[in-house]
Amino acid sequence: MDPALIATRLAGQARTSRAPGKLDRREFLKLTALAGGGLAVAWTAPSVLAADEATAATPKKPIDPSAFVKINPDNTVEIRVNRLDFGQGALTALPMLLAEELDVDWSQVNASLAPAGEAYKDPIYDIQMTGGSSGVPNSWVQYREIGAATRAMLVAAAAEQWHVPVSACTTGSGLVRSGAHKATYASLAAAAAKQPVPNKVVLKAPADYRIIGKGKRRIDAAAGATGKKNYGIDMRLPGMKVAVLVRAPTFGGQVQSFDASRAKAVKFVQDIFEVATDLGGSGVAIIADGYWPAKQARDLLQVTWKAGVGGLVSSDTLFASYREAAKNPKLTAVKGDVSAAASATKHLGGEYQFPYLAHAPMEPLNATFEVRTDGATVWAGTQFQTIDQGAIAQTLGIKPEQVSLITLPAGGGFGRRAVPTSDYLREGATIAKAWRERQGGQAGPLKVMWSREDDIRGGYYRPAHLHSVDVALDAQGQVVAWDHVIIGQSILKGTPFESFEVKDGIDGTMTEGVAENCYALPMRLRITHPDVAVPVLWWRSVGNTHTAFVMETMVDEVARAAGMDPVAWRLARLDAKKHARRIAALKLAVDNSGYGKPLPAGHAWGLAVHESFGSVVAYVVDVSIDAGRPKVHQVTAGVHANQVVNPIAAEAQIQGGAVFGLAMTLPGFEITLKDGVVQQAQFTDYPPPRITDAPPVAVHFVPSNDPPTGLGEPGVPAIAPAIANALAALTGKRLRKLPLDLSSA
Amino acid sequence: MTTLNINGKSVEVDADPSTPVLWALRDTLGMTGTKFGCGVAACGACTVHINGQPTRSCVTPIAAAVGQKITTIEGISNGRVGKAVQAAWIAHDVAQCGYCQSGQIMTATALLEGNKKPSDSDIDAAMAGNICRCGTYQRIRAAIHSAAKTLA
Repeated sequence: MDPALIATRLAGQARTSRAPGKLDRREFLKLTALAGGGLAVAWTAPSVLAADEATAATPKKPIDPSAFVKINPDNTVEIRVNRLDFGQGALTALPMLLAEELDVDWSQVNASLAPAGEAYKDPIYDIQMTGGSSGVPNSWVQYREIGAATRAMLVAAAAEQWHVPVSACTTGSGLVRSGAHKATYASLAAAAAKQPVPNKVVLKAPADYRIIGKGKRRIDAAAGATGKKNYGIDMRLPGMKVAVLVRAPTFGGQVQSFDASRAKAVKFVQDIFEVATDLGGSGVAIIADGYWPAKQARDLLQVTWKAGVGGLVSSDTLFASYREAAKNPKLTAVKGDVSAAASATKHLGGEYQFPYLAHAPMEPLNATFEVRTDGATVWAGTQFQTIDQGAIAQTLGIKPEQVSLITLPAGGGFGRRAVPTSDYLREGATIAKAWRERQGGQAGPLKVMWSREDDIRGGYYRPAHLHSVDVALDAQGQVVAWDHVIIGQSILKGTPFESFEVKDGIDGTMTEGVAENCYALPMRLRITHPDVAVPVLWWRSVGNTHTAFVMETMVDEVARAAGMDPVAWRLARLDAKKHARRIAALKLAVDNSGYGKPLPAGHAWGLAVHESFGSVVAYVVDVSIDAGRPKVHQVTAGVHANQVVNPIAAEAQIQGGAVFGLAMTLPGFEITLKDGVVQQAQFTDYPPPRITDAPPVAVHFVPSNDPPTGLGEPGVPAIAPAIANALAALTGKRLRKLPLDLSSA
Repeated sequence: MTTLNINGKSVEVDADPSTPVLWALRDTLGMTGTKFGCGVAACGACTVHINGQPTRSCVTPIAAAVGQKITTIEGISNGRVGKAVQAAWIAHDVAQCGYCQSGQIMTATALLEGNKKPSDSDIDAAMAGNICRCGTYQRIRAAIHSAAKTLA
């Protein structure tokens, strides 16, 4: 098939595809990368968007010929994935969607990650990105329509050749059949390319699915198990050098002076020089033949630093200042009437603290740069291809289209590879550019690598937060006022996303999970976003990492104060219609868990339920305390994510999400600062969960054929509150600070 | 030049004797299946076998590995146990991002070489040095049990 023709014709359709179902604020966005870097973001009203869609038949730019699907002469099919795969399984799930409608066997399908390109922009966000658990939801229509349209053209070609009506043709396993006629898709490709692209395609009914909803293992599983899967960090090119960057101990700090005499003497070290770094700072770049000599040189380098601007933050004083700020919050996000608090019988609540958290993906950040006279090629496992492409171009002083950005699989990310300011790619490009200039314009490729210490100390953390909650109860234990304050940095202030996620000064990524007020409480929510000189970022499930904890532990406390079972309390407060999915997920978890049955001495049940990214996850847990650590013995998950495309991967996302969220409760899992310096540096002092911490997680999905909702993040929020609720049941004490301090328990 | 025995082959490495086996493998020899996670033997991503023992290659200088038998993820399928572990990993779809999995497979193989029928707590004890940020631990346990069965 002439993929160019089909891809070009399909492009218009692809761009008009949109995720059906409930629209949220993110679906009204139009984001456009600007020449020279940056990003234009526009808020579009739904009606305007609909009109825009109707006229969006012409793509802005020519589409890569083999943009999404290629049928090879051997009748295998190659499907391009416009997302990063960093463990969530997009490389498998998106091809499943396309292959379903193309009507090929899964064994015929190969998949690869798409480079940065206009064709690969998210059909809804209009940037090429991976995040917000939006991969399958936003590709659900697009990938199936591309498959269906391609199939329709193949059928039309066959019908023409055989002089039979289209309705007399059937497809399956990459073949078109009609009576005695049979032809492979490959043999029909040339003729299919001449067929008109159908204006409308009919997508399969769920009953006809042969791939969607059937568990498929990761398409790259074999490569992964044999060490053959190549990540960004595995890039090797002829003549390639490795760079490390020595940054200041304080954010935005600068080099006062440095002595590289001993460092330069290390064999295989090529060059050492000062460069500008992120946040207006400067650092020292070391170029060597490999990582080890660069590390040796780094250990010998003597640098005197100047502190960055913006104050030297200490965690203790920071929380003290947040406590002060909570007494007089600046902005009101939810304007409920809490005047009844004054005459209440009883008050519950208190102050909650959440530390900064580093993402700490297993693969340290890295990118490889080949800068040439005519442009540059960059290899990176990034969640933000087109944004990063623009940022790299701006740094190099060239046009975005001169930057070829190749997406490589990433060893985790959890948000750290989706940076609105492209911090690590700008820094990398700065070093590559400077290195090339110092080499007289004749430098080979350069792989810029972070150490684990660079990663843990490198900022872009989940912001620290303080919540202050006063829940007023009447004599019957009914909530008469819920007065809630959140103090925490805005993630999006000062980024290109500010204009849509920050409304009236309130960053929606901080209030999500509270502001929806699913329990219909008499709620007032006030906030302040302090300016703090610590760079912050989304961390898998974003604001829900702290809001779910506060809401789900607080309502548990309220339920118990009213003498009610916490499940019954929740079910009584949830609207049967509006929160039907939440109710279904909670019931599914409870019914499958044995909740309420007697447990061994020292164990207790706990539960929590939370909706994020369109999906509901409820956890019921069985917890004890083991040497100052929460010990989770069993987790039962009830999940409502609508149609599950790949049950094997979906289960893994919930199981992994539970472990990821459980980390927040474990001793030592926090980033603290003293006088502007991050106090942790390694997996030793920022210890993630190990296998000994990991409970079995039994995952149950509510059956549904509605359009899929997110799965990458929704598994995270509800686990920590479920554990905390169990611990409260066990100890009679409410812990409101994460990580949990069980030293006295 | 340092001579190392890797996956049964003798190879020359032009690197400082202090160079960890990890970087000799990755940067000098181009064997990138062994991963860098922390550089301080805290995460297990760099696990190789030295004379059959799971070893953190990020803190093992090549000078200390001379005359020893180094096995990496690229060579583990030469053994019956390694092959069974890899097959179980695929069958159970253990990997998410997959970055830590070379190290997990190396540690699991060493466990099964010495313990033909490990319990959950045997597995936890043996695998506790290998961090997985995606949280694949449950499937790691299942895959090890499954590999043990196929080897029985």
